[in-house]
Amino acid sequence: MSHTTSTPAAATAGAAAAEPGGLQRLLRELDWRRYIIYIGFVAMFAVFAVLLHDEGFLSSNNLLNIFRQTATITVIAVGMTYVIACAEIDLSVGSVAGLSSVVTAMALAHWGLVVGVLAGLAVGLVVGTINGALVSLLSIPSFLVTLGMLGIAAGVAQWITASAPQPILSDAFNLAFGSGNFGPIPGLLIWSAVFVIVGAVVLARTRFGRQVLATGGNRTAAEFTGVRTRRIKFQVLLLSATVASVAGMLYAGRLQSGRFQWGAGDELSAIAAVILGGTSLFGGSGSVVGTLFGALLIGLINNGLILAGLDSSQQQVVRGAIIILAVALARKK
Amino acid sequence: MSELEQDAAVAAAIRMRGIDKSFNGVPVLKGVDLDIAPGEVHALAGGNGAGKSTLMKILQGVYTPDAGEVEVDGRPVRISSIADARAAGIGMVFQEFSLVPSLTVAQNVFLTTEPRGRGGLLDDRRAVRQTREVLAQMEVDVDPRARVGDLGTAYWQLTEIAKALAQDARVLIMDEPTASLARHETEALFALVERLKQRGISIVYISHRMDEVYRIADRITILRDGRRLLTSALSDVTPEQIVEGIVGQKIEGDLAYRARAAHDAAEPLLEVRGLCAGDRVRDVSFQIRAGEILGLAGLMGSGRTELARALFGVDRVTAGEIRMRGRVVDVSNPAKAVREGIVLVPEDRRDQGLVLDHSVRENLLLPLLDRVERRGLLSTRAGRELSTSLIERFQVKVAHPGRPVRLLSGGNQQKVVLAKWLGTEPDVLVLDEPTAGVDIGTKSEILETVRALADAGKAVLIISSEYPELLAVSDRVLVLRDGSVVRELQRSEIADEESLQLAVQGV
Repeated sequence: MSHTTSTPAAATAGAAAAEPGGLQRLLRELDWRRYIIYIGFVAMFAVFAVLLHDEGFLSSNNLLNIFRQTATITVIAVGMTYVIACAEIDLSVGSVAGLSSVVTAMALAHWGLVVGVLAGLAVGLVVGTINGALVSLLSIPSFLVTLGMLGIAAGVAQWITASAPQPILSDAFNLAFGSGNFGPIPGLLIWSAVFVIVGAVVLARTRFGRQVLATGGNRTAAEFTGVRTRRIKFQVLLLSATVASVAGMLYAGRLQSGRFQWGAGDELSAIAAVILGGTSLFGGSGSVVGTLFGALLIGLINNGLILAGLDSSQQQVVRGAIIILAVALARKK
Repeated sequence: MSELEQDAAVAAAIRMRGIDKSFNGVPVLKGVDLDIAPGEVHALAGGNGAGKSTLMKILQGVYTPDAGEVEVDGRPVRISSIADARAAGIGMVFQEFSLVPSLTVAQNVFLTTEPRGRGGLLDDRRAVRQTREVLAQMEVDVDPRARVGDLGTAYWQLTEIAKALAQDARVLIMDEPTASLARHETEALFALVERLKQRGISIVYISHRMDEVYRIADRITILRDGRRLLTSALSDVTPEQIVEGIVGQKIEGDLAYRARAAHDAAEPLLEVRGLCAGDRVRDVSFQIRAGEILGLAGLMGSGRTELARALFGVDRVTAGEIRMRGRVVDVSNPAKAVREGIVLVPEDRRDQGLVLDHSVRENLLLPLLDRVERRGLLSTRAGRELSTSLIERFQVKVAHPGRPVRLLSGGNQQKVVLAKWLGTEPDVLVLDEPTAGVDIGTKSEILETVRALADAGKAVLIISSEYPELLAVSDRVLVLRDGSVVRELQRSEIADEESLQLAVQGV
């Protein structure tokens, strides 16, 4: 939830108008352009609630479904928030999730639960280390490094599985990573909540988070102020890939299998969620809570359009238009 | 054409009458009058918030005045956009150059006014030819086909001027035009200003450097608190009167050296032996005692900035050692230098000193994050308290510490850079051109702070190309030439600015 510029008066007025009580104090800290995501979310929710009432939009089952379907994107987007706030990009997250899902499934089948989870995390750590090293040590633009890695990770995932899905028979894994519920609350919701809360606090309230924002805002000045900017760039790319590998395991748990297609294209949804959430595409400011709402807005739109009976081609068109509109409103001064 | 016009033009080139302008109800300009005669160089001076830039932005069409009239060549005009200003013959040489580095000089000069050929396609050859004509009139040697990004800053400025002239500007506004120029480039610019004058082109010259103003300006207008204080021929005012007019009170002796308590006895705090870095720092040795201010003088390219960068770990040290209190220290990157108590106020505060879009508070706290950390989390309250105390201690004039630092004036931005470092309680301060582009009032405040810090036992290394300033604070001066120390002078050995000048020039 950190931010750079703020116009307290506008944010307060907006907060008072649209949100009750507790959120208000939180939102006062945000600049109003960033705030548009919350208005957009509430407005879209209201529209669907009215128009799609008969289709069961407001049923608790449907609402929880939205969370369930958005969880992996939310988790990936939390990591992406750091990368973009640091003025870098990570295009490899979707295929890292896919690779992690198959590596987890295969390791789990051979060596059991613990090794499976560690193997999945290792995918993220290895890919993140390579991405980070190439960007920070060799100064290759992250766009190119991660574009290459997108292909490599997807290719490896398809290669080692010979394109075949890898079923996961461990109930413990499936329950922990996505299929299970805690009482009425889906486990995926808890996973996203943990990532969002930790991500928001670390970005806004720790030295690391502040140094990420400073590096993204002006790398030279940050370096001249004693921030180890190479290290920061390395760390955000490592973080992003590792978080993506967890998202891959959430796919695996929810769908009870590892498959190279899981996560394909998620990098674009995650970037859209981050930008919708008010993080500057050019670095220097970022909001994890905004990212959550960005991801939820995308999930909400997907869900609403399906309930409205649009076919998938129409959904794509409407979704694209809504995203452009939201970003345009958020940019307007 | 210029002579004809000059004869006919009894009217002022620019005549502004009773200009009012407020922002959010706060008056910034109050009934300001300004007359610019054809072919004159008119200096515009004033402290922070005096209204100089607002007045000029009205002339450029960035702001519209709330009240008042503007006449150009005797005709009333309404300037409500930059295009209007251009059509009225007003050109601006921006302080931050408004050029596209990836385009050529000619493409920049004719950006948006490109000559077209048959079928509406751009006629690059004609653009190059016309640019060459403009540059020839300016009597400067620049290749119109060169990419601007490949040229030095001095050429950027010439391209800016050519751009204005190509659009038939009759009045040029120059804002701190010599700030980024070396001495000989400054001379070349002054010669160009002289030629432009003879062609009847008027120049509004904004500068904090008194010597320049006396050198090239015919008249001066001083603004204070949004009002015009005086307009006068420079032959009728003394520098003291101008400074007093800008600052609003008589500042005494701020530019005179004051001997401070003796520090000969003190042990060297910073000691540099045989330092080499790149090809601009060659075998440099010196020491600074606690409480001492060491000045570093040298021409552009003498390795002053590079020495500062090497001390702060920005550039790699290839040979030699740096000792703090006798102990060899590793300053291979800025983070380590800060830990050892060495800090740098860099020459370009906008690019190297500040994250401009971040708030004043965030900038102040960036090197101090460990100080406001409570159990692994940054404490908002501790951060507020610390930043507020720094703002008060260094008298940074800031509307709200949560507002972006880019909204502050140059002088206050520089104070933020200083304050952020002083919060780390450093032992050694390296200041690279600490008062560049800073108004005269803030400048004396900064110099006063530097003295106070030395008095508090810190070692200071100050780089400045303004000799009066260097002489005002330095206890000792090193003269750098081609990356090596060629002279070391006690302050008492330097009679005046001229003798330092001679030492630097090596005559």
